[in-house]
Amino acid sequence: MTATPAPRDDGVVDVLIVGAGPAGLSAATALKRLGVGSVVVVERETEAGGVPRHCGHPPFGMREFSRVLTGPAYARRLAARALEAGVTLKLGATVVGIERGESLVATLTDDGGLFRIEARRIVLATGVRERTRAQRLASGDRPIGVLNTGALQAYAYLQHLAPFRRPVIVGTELVALSSLLTCRSVGAKPVAMIEENAGPTVRRPFMALPRLLGVPVRYGAHIVDIRGKPRVERVSIRTADGSVEDIACDGVLFTGRFIPESSLARRIGLVVDPGTRGPSIDQFGRTSDPRVFAAGNLLRPVETAGWSWDEGRRVAGFVADDLKGRLPSADGATAIEPGRGVRYIVPQRLAPGGGGLDRLQLRVSAAAKGRLVARRNGAALASVALSAQPERRVLFPAAGLAAGPGPVVVGVEPLSRVTGC
Amino acid sequence: MPASDVAIIGAGAVGCAMARRFALEGARVLLLEKGADLLSGASKANSAILHTGFDAPAGSVELACMQAGYAEYLEIRDRMNLPLLKTGAMVVAWSDAERAALDGIEDRARTNGVGDVRRLTASEIREREPNLSHGALEALLVPGEHVIDPWSPFLAYLLQAKAHGAEIVFDAEVLGGAFDGDGWTLRTAKGEFHARTIVNCAGLYGDRIERTLLGEASFEIRPRKGQFAVFDKAAAELIRTIVLPVPNERTKGVVLCRTAFGNVLVGPTAEEQEDRERATVEEDALVALLDRAIAMVPALADVDVTAVYAGLRPASEEKGYRIRTLPERNWITVGGIRSTGLTASLGIAAHVFGLYGEMGRRHQPIADPVWPTVANLAEHRLRDWARPGHGDIVCHCELVTQREIAQALEGPLPPGDFGGLKRRTRAGMGRCQGFNCNARLAEMTAGRFAAPLAADEAA
Repeated sequence: MTATPAPRDDGVVDVLIVGAGPAGLSAATALKRLGVGSVVVVERETEAGGVPRHCGHPPFGMREFSRVLTGPAYARRLAARALEAGVTLKLGATVVGIERGESLVATLTDDGGLFRIEARRIVLATGVRERTRAQRLASGDRPIGVLNTGALQAYAYLQHLAPFRRPVIVGTELVALSSLLTCRSVGAKPVAMIEENAGPTVRRPFMALPRLLGVPVRYGAHIVDIRGKPRVERVSIRTADGSVEDIACDGVLFTGRFIPESSLARRIGLVVDPGTRGPSIDQFGRTSDPRVFAAGNLLRPVETAGWSWDEGRRVAGFVADDLKGRLPSADGATAIEPGRGVRYIVPQRLAPGGGGLDRLQLRVSAAAKGRLVARRNGAALASVALSAQPERRVLFPAAGLAAGPGPVVVGVEPLSRVTGC
Repeated sequence: MPASDVAIIGAGAVGCAMARRFALEGARVLLLEKGADLLSGASKANSAILHTGFDAPAGSVELACMQAGYAEYLEIRDRMNLPLLKTGAMVVAWSDAERAALDGIEDRARTNGVGDVRRLTASEIREREPNLSHGALEALLVPGEHVIDPWSPFLAYLLQAKAHGAEIVFDAEVLGGAFDGDGWTLRTAKGEFHARTIVNCAGLYGDRIERTLLGEASFEIRPRKGQFAVFDKAAAELIRTIVLPVPNERTKGVVLCRTAFGNVLVGPTAEEQEDRERATVEEDALVALLDRAIAMVPALADVDVTAVYAGLRPASEEKGYRIRTLPERNWITVGGIRSTGLTASLGIAAHVFGLYGEMGRRHQPIADPVWPTVANLAEHRLRDWARPGHGDIVCHCELVTQREIAQALEGPLPPGDFGGLKRRTRAGMGRCQGFNCNARLAEMTAGRFAAPLAADEAA
C-alpha cells in the first residue's frame, strides 16, 4: 500500500471559510470590508454560489441587491462581490479534516492533491441537504428516478437534462412548489403532489400554484410502495381513510425536510445539537471550539438565501471582533433548551455579557397557538404570543436570558398558564 | 469442438470466482450473465463479512469452501489491491438462554478448526466496545472474522479471468439450449453460444436453469429476503468489532458491523418470499432493524441513516450448498449458495474445478498469471482523493473523484448500469444519496447505459 502523500503547505490566513454559498460569501465579503487581512473561501464545487446556483427561478437578492434575481444570477453577483472585496476563492477544494490543536489547520484536497491551510479563525458555512428517500425509510424498489429537489435542480439548471417526465412530488414545503417550476423548465409534468400531513406545510395561498398547473394534491398520503425496474413505474400511497391508491409515474421527488450538512462539523469533533442537527453555537456563532464559527443553513433547517446571507454578514462581524480580542469569553454560557412543543432553538447557548445575534430562532414541532415562554427553574423570564406552524420561522428575543445561573427552557404554553412576566 | 470449454451461467460472486479459477487453470471460459453488469442479482446485497466458518456445519462442503475461500482471499488480496478490515467478531449473548448456547457455539468453532476463539465477560465486552449496550451478558470472540469490500473482489476476479481469455457477455439471459453428447448449444438473449461443459451459477435462477436445460430441477430456490440499513460514517467510531447474535436454525440473525467504506451496517432480515425479482425495502422492517441496532449501540440513535437496501438470498429447501455434477450431461450445478458465498466463492471455485477434473477434463494451467488490481474504495486505505491529478471530487459524501469515475467508465470491464458504477466507485452511495452528484453523474454517463439516469435519453 502506498503511503498518503505529504500535503503541500498553503500558508496561514486570518479566516478560512468553508462553503461558498450565500452565508460563506457574505461572511467573506464582510470580513474584508471590516479590514481583515486574508480571507479564503474554499468550495468543493467548481463554481461558487451554493444552492442558488441551481435555483433557476426568482426571487433572490431583494435584501442583498435590492432587486429580484434568479438564483444563478444571484450566485454570480455574490461571488463577484466577494472577489471585488479581496476575498480569495478556492474552488473544487474539499476540506477533509481540521486539526484543532494549538492552531487550526485544515487539510484539503483539490486537483493538485492534498494541501493544508492554517487559519486563525474558521467559519463553517456548509449549508443543508434534503432528507433522502433512504432516510425516510420509504418502502419499495430502489429504481432510477428517485431523487431530491437539489438533484432535480442540478439536472435542470446545470446539466440541462430531465431526470424524469411524470414525477410524483413528495412534500409541500416551499421547495416543493419551486420544484414544480423546475419541472416545467425541463418539460416534466408532475402527476401528483403528496403530503403526509392533513394540510400543506406552506401557507395555503401558495397551493394555488399546483392548482394552476393542474397538479392534484393528496393530503394525509403515505408512500407504501415504489415500484419499477430499472426506472420508477408507479407509487402506491395510503391515504387517511386507509385505502391504497396507485399513481403511475416515472419518478419520485422527495422535497424538503432539510438537514444541516454537518458531517464536517461532526468529523472534527464539534458538538452537534440533536435538535437542529447542526453545530451548537452561542450568540456570536461560536461552536464548541470558540475559534470555529458557523453560519447559514448549517445552523438549522432551513432558511432563505437572504436570511443566510444576513447571518453570514453578522457572524463575520463577530469574527472580526474576535480577531481584535473584543468578543466576551465563551465560557460560562447559559444553555438555551427547547421545551414543550419546540423542535429546536438556535443559538443553543448565550455567553455572558449580551451582544451578538439578538434573537433566538425556533421551530415548533406541531402547529401551536398560545405563548412561547422562557423559564429558568420554573420562573418565567420572557414570553411572546405564538401562532405557528412547523417549518415556519419563529423568533424570540434573546436579551436578558443569559443573566443568571442555570439553563433557560423555552416552551409552548397555553395562554392561561403564563404567569409572572 | 465447442468454442468454449466451459460456459458459466451467472456473474454473481460464485460465477466471477468460477470464471477466474477456470481461466487460471487454462480453460477457455465463457461467462453468461442475464443482467447488465456483474453482481446484478443476489450478490449485490450482503453483509460483506469474511467468515472463518466457526459456526458452519462441521464437516460440510460449505465449511471447507469457506475456509479455503478465506485463505485464498488473504493470499491474493494484496496483489489485487483488495482491502481487509480486521475487526474480529463477537457472538453476543443478550439473555441467559443465549448465554447457555455459547458453549455449543464455542465447541463448534473448535471442531471447525477455529481455535483462537475465546469467551469475553460482560466487563471485557465493555472494555472492548464501550458503546455497546450494557445488556451484553457474555460473548464469544472470533478474532478471525473480518470485513471486506463486497464488490471489488469480484471485479478483480473477472478482470483476471478476462486477462486470461475469458469471454464475458452481459444481458445474455439463457433462454434454452441442447446437449449433443459432446457439448452444449445455448440460446441466449445475445445469440447462440457453444461450450463443452456448463457450470450453473445462476443463483436465484439456478433451479430454473436446470429445468430449462435439463428438463427438471434437482432443487428448488426459495428466495429469502434480507433488508439492511447503513448508518452514516459518524457511526464508525462507535463500534469496532462485528456484533453477531446467537444464531438460530434458519439464519445467522441481525448483524451489526462496520463496513470497509467507513459506515456501520445493520441487517439482514430473513423473509421468505416467492418473488425472485423484487427485493423491496419495507418501512416497518427497517424501523425494526434500526431499533435493534440502537438497542445494541444506543448512541446510534443520534446518527443518520445513509442508505437502505435489500437483497434475495438464493436459499433452497435444504440448508446446505447444492453442488452436484452430471458427468453424462457435461453439467455442474452450484446452487443454494447463501450469504456465506461471499467468503466461500474462491473455495467453491476450486472445489468445483476439482469436480470438473473428476469428469475427466484437463487443461494446461496458466504458468504466470497476470494480477490486475482494482481501485481501493476502503476508507482505511489510501484513496484517490489524496493523490494529485484527480480532477475534482464528484461525489462529496464518498469523496469519489472525477478520475475514479472516468477510469471506471473507461476500464476493461466498464459498468453496464448505474448500479455497476456505484459498486465500482461508490459514487452516489453516501449520505446525500445523489443530492449533490446525481445530475453530474447523469451527464458523465450519458450514452453509456441502456437504463440512463436522465429521462431525456430514455425518451
